[in-house]
Amino acid sequence: MADLTSDFIGIKSPNPFWLASAPPTDKEYNVRRAFEAGWGGVVWKTLGEEGPPVVNVNGPRYGAIHGADRRLLGLNNIELITDRPLEVNLEEMTRVKRDYPDHAVIASVMVPCEEDAWKKILPMIAETGCDGFELNFGCPHGMAERGMGSAVGQVPEYIEMVARWCKEATDLPVIVKLTPNITNVLYPAEAALRGGADAVSLINTINSITSVNLDAMSPEPMIDGKGTHGGYCGPAVKPIAMNMVAEIARNPETAKLPISGIGGITTWRDAAEFMALGAGNVQVCTAVMTYGFKIVQEMITGLSQWMDEKGYESTADFVGMATPNVTDWQYLNLNHITKAVINEDDCIKCGRCYAACEDTSHQAIEMSEDRVFTVKDDECVACNLCVNVCPVEGCITMRTLEPGELDERTGQPVSADYGNWTAHPNNPSAQAAE
Amino acid sequence: MTNSPFSEGIVAGRLATADLADNFADLHPRLDDHEALVAADRCYFCHDAPCMDACPTDIDIPLFIRQISTGTPEAAATTIFSQNILGGMCARVCPTETLCEEVCVREAAEGKPVEIGRLQRYATDVLMERGVHPFVRAPETGKKIAVVGAGPAGLSCAHRLAMSGHDVTVFDGKAKAGGLNEFGIASYKSVDGFAAREVDWLLQIGGITIETGKTLGNDVTLDGLRAEYDAVFLGVGLGGVNAMGVDGEDKDGVLDAVDFISDLRQASDLSDVAIGRDVVVIGGGMTAVDAAVQAKLLGALNVSLVYRRGTERMNASVFEQNLATSKGVRIITNASPKAMIGNGAVREIEFEYTDNDLKPTGQTVRLAADQVFKAIGQSLDGNDLPDLEGGKIAVDDTGRTSIGGVWAGGDCATGGDDLTVTAVAEGRDAAEDIHATLSA
Ligand SMILES: Cc1cc2nc3c(=O)[nH]c(=O)nc-3n(C[C@H](O)[C@H](O)[C@H](O)COP(=O)(O)OP(=O)(O)OC[C@H]3O[C@@H](n4cnc5c(N)ncnc54)[C@H](O)[C@@H]3O)c2cc1C
Ligand SMILES: Cc1cc2nc3c(=O)[nH]c(=O)nc-3n(C[C@H](O)[C@H](O)[C@H](O)COP(=O)(O)O)c2cc1C
Ligand code: SF4
Ligand code: SF4
Ligand code: SF4
Repeated sequence: MADLTSDFIGIKSPNPFWLASAPPTDKEYNVRRAFEAGWGGVVWKTLGEEGPPVVNVNGPRYGAIHGADRRLLGLNNIELITDRPLEVNLEEMTRVKRDYPDHAVIASVMVPCEEDAWKKILPMIAETGCDGFELNFGCPHGMAERGMGSAVGQVPEYIEMVARWCKEATDLPVIVKLTPNITNVLYPAEAALRGGADAVSLINTINSITSVNLDAMSPEPMIDGKGTHGGYCGPAVKPIAMNMVAEIARNPETAKLPISGIGGITTWRDAAEFMALGAGNVQVCTAVMTYGFKIVQEMITGLSQWMDEKGYESTADFVGMATPNVTDWQYLNLNHITKAVINEDDCIKCGRCYAACEDTSHQAIEMSEDRVFTVKDDECVACNLCVNVCPVEGCITMRTLEPGELDERTGQPVSADYGNWTAHPNNPSAQAAE
Repeated sequence: MTNSPFSEGIVAGRLATADLADNFADLHPRLDDHEALVAADRCYFCHDAPCMDACPTDIDIPLFIRQISTGTPEAAATTIFSQNILGGMCARVCPTETLCEEVCVREAAEGKPVEIGRLQRYATDVLMERGVHPFVRAPETGKKIAVVGAGPAGLSCAHRLAMSGHDVTVFDGKAKAGGLNEFGIASYKSVDGFAAREVDWLLQIGGITIETGKTLGNDVTLDGLRAEYDAVFLGVGLGGVNAMGVDGEDKDGVLDAVDFISDLRQASDLSDVAIGRDVVVIGGGMTAVDAAVQAKLLGALNVSLVYRRGTERMNASVFEQNLATSKGVRIITNASPKAMIGNGAVREIEFEYTDNDLKPTGQTVRLAADQVFKAIGQSLDGNDLPDLEGGKIAVDDTGRTSIGGVWAGGDCATGGDDLTVTAVAEGRDAAEDIHATLSA
């Protein structure tokens, strides 16, 4: 059976599934139960400075986007860092780490952008026996207004500076948590690397307004008639997070920088996808906030089964395996030609593929009087839209044409050669083939 | 309670009032808001949706379901009513399993269609409970139209005509409007006086006068109506019942199922409705099932529904047949009635087994029966009518009859199944044709 134990920048855990810094990791009670349920590690809810803790709003904190059957697809929050006193958190972390020495306990930290502040707090926290630090440069609301969180994370120079202070202040591993609220994730990632960070984790939440109350004319969640942008997370953000992970993993400068993948991870498959793109482990928040700690059991069994099926013995065997296949558009093979094929036996005749292709794509699907749907190969550009709108999984597939086969749309035989845009005749800056 | 299911003869009060109330409660209660959202979620918003094609009134089903799922059931109801003004009743009585839901793509996908009927009920109830009537009349045209019959066909026709600005007078021989909605549909499909409430709601459009107790052939004549009105629509339904032609049919205790149902529907107290201990219903359609089920629900000890061919030939859908058996009705097939036996009152019926082509086998069987309901079909009643075809008023696609200026629709006319929804569609379409003719 596959070995799920994980070693992320020297931090060991029974499996690569950590809970991200957020309400699930806000206190001892939660974390103990999370470890009992099977989670491999936690990043404790972000700690702030000593003294009176931050306060949260006393109205609703969350907004949501739902899919069919009221499945939670996206969550947005206006919560701040921990609102419990530092001493209490430290005592609890100490007890938890003592009782769960084999599990990872990471301290997430956010203090003002001053050298003293960081250098004072890290050693204090290290007393708990924690395994490392995560610098929260991500929180996009509230804390950012006070010059912390994403206010730091959006300025690469600050990231580098704070990371360096932290590395000077501790021997423990330092992870920099990145905000996605930037133009290009490579700048903050490179800055973290320059500052000496051992790893980056991403993504934190995305600036968002999830809904507007049309009676009160205010964003939700609404507090006494007003709302503010909150941080978006959950399944809806997974594609954005995965792209950022892949960009860092395939960028030569940062290719060796370890990544802890975060953003919308809900199932073992999501985790495997992040890891295939280059994340050494993953962190989860919204999925446990939706379903509870127990989902990790499915993640453990699912990942093990898949690894066994594929013959991977440890997670390191597949981490980053998909990275080399992430490329630029210009290198995609334009001679690779596919056509949609509708399996009439599986088709339930809803006509969605027809509406999609006819109204918005290439008029490549024919609908007969008795509702038989067929693809017109001479019109199909293989865009895949029909596949995506069909409610029956696997009913429409894309068939790859063999080299030499006729593409009825262009009237040309399919070339066996790889040919991309850089050498395409329509490309004004194409290099003439030698 | 002095009587019980075991009491001999035809007696009232076999069950306690509370049990009767339970038995005659809504068959499919209205979905609550959450259930409606979950049910609406399942609709795929099909292109050129098959369900729409299967609806005799062509309701835009994907659109109204989408309107429910986006939190606007009132808009959904308007979508429904714009095609079918009796969408509330149809939501309750349509055999959806043989109409829209039969062809729903999710029936093909999972054997579990989108619950179109119940969603329709949800949306229409929401709007009707607000007392809102979503349509307004066009400016008055000054044209007068007579509608005969205040059943689904007549009401649908009248509403559409009134909406177009015409003045409509509806004549009905009965004391109450509604037709079989009021006097025929099974009680558990239309509870709490819904049929009457629906008529009141429909009349909010204005421009419609209902004259009850006015029978065509007695109180008014077709020629008289033609002379006085710009157009006439006949929606008189099938008032007659087919005779069985069996010995002893005139014995006490042998009744027409439609009369029994009508009395039941009009009873103010179900514990006053008398029912036999051993009830036999003869027939295989919706009326037979309704009579049998309601007899059982009233507390009859044994109820048998006897049909002369096999179940697959029964007009009642599989859903209806299952409903009957689930309520304890015994369905006996391939048995034709031969004789009602008894001294004055019926005591037994003799049947002969017959195959699906009604070929006699010579084998007979007797069933105990102190009450027999005949449900072997209704027929058109009356003489002052346009030309008939196959026992019904001959009409073309737009409801025109053999007499100029006279349209017909619903059960009394040719074309379509004898269903509430079909009657609504035919009444509406005739109204459109009358309007077009009068505006030409
Ligand atoms: C017991 C029973 C159960 C049924 N259950 C269902 C069901 O569950 N679902 C379904 O879809 N369909 C059902 N049907 C069929 C449905 O009720 C009819 O198809 C529908 O009512 C036909 O509407 P209509 O307007 O044509 O006729 P009717 O509803 O019969 O209305 C005709 C009206 O005309 C009046 N009238 C008749 N003659 C005259 C005259 N000479 N002068 C003036 N007025 C006259 C009558 O009093 C009546 O009000 C059932 C029928 C029966 C008998
Ligand atoms: C209510 C809430 C509070 C959060 N608080 C913190 C926090 O204190 N520190 C932090 O680094 N990230 C915080 N996050 C961000 C999460 O750790 C995580 O990066 C993000 O939710 C994306 O992962 P997910 O899609 O699995 O939820 C919070 C998220 C939520 C929903
Ligand atoms: S792949 Fe695109 S073009 Fe081809 S049939 Fe499907 S939707 Fe139409
Ligand atoms: S979308 Fe899929 S199920 Fe629907 S008609 Fe097209 S192929 Fe058939
Ligand atoms: S066939 Fe079913 S899924 Fe399709 S539109 Fe109609 S109700 Fe919706």
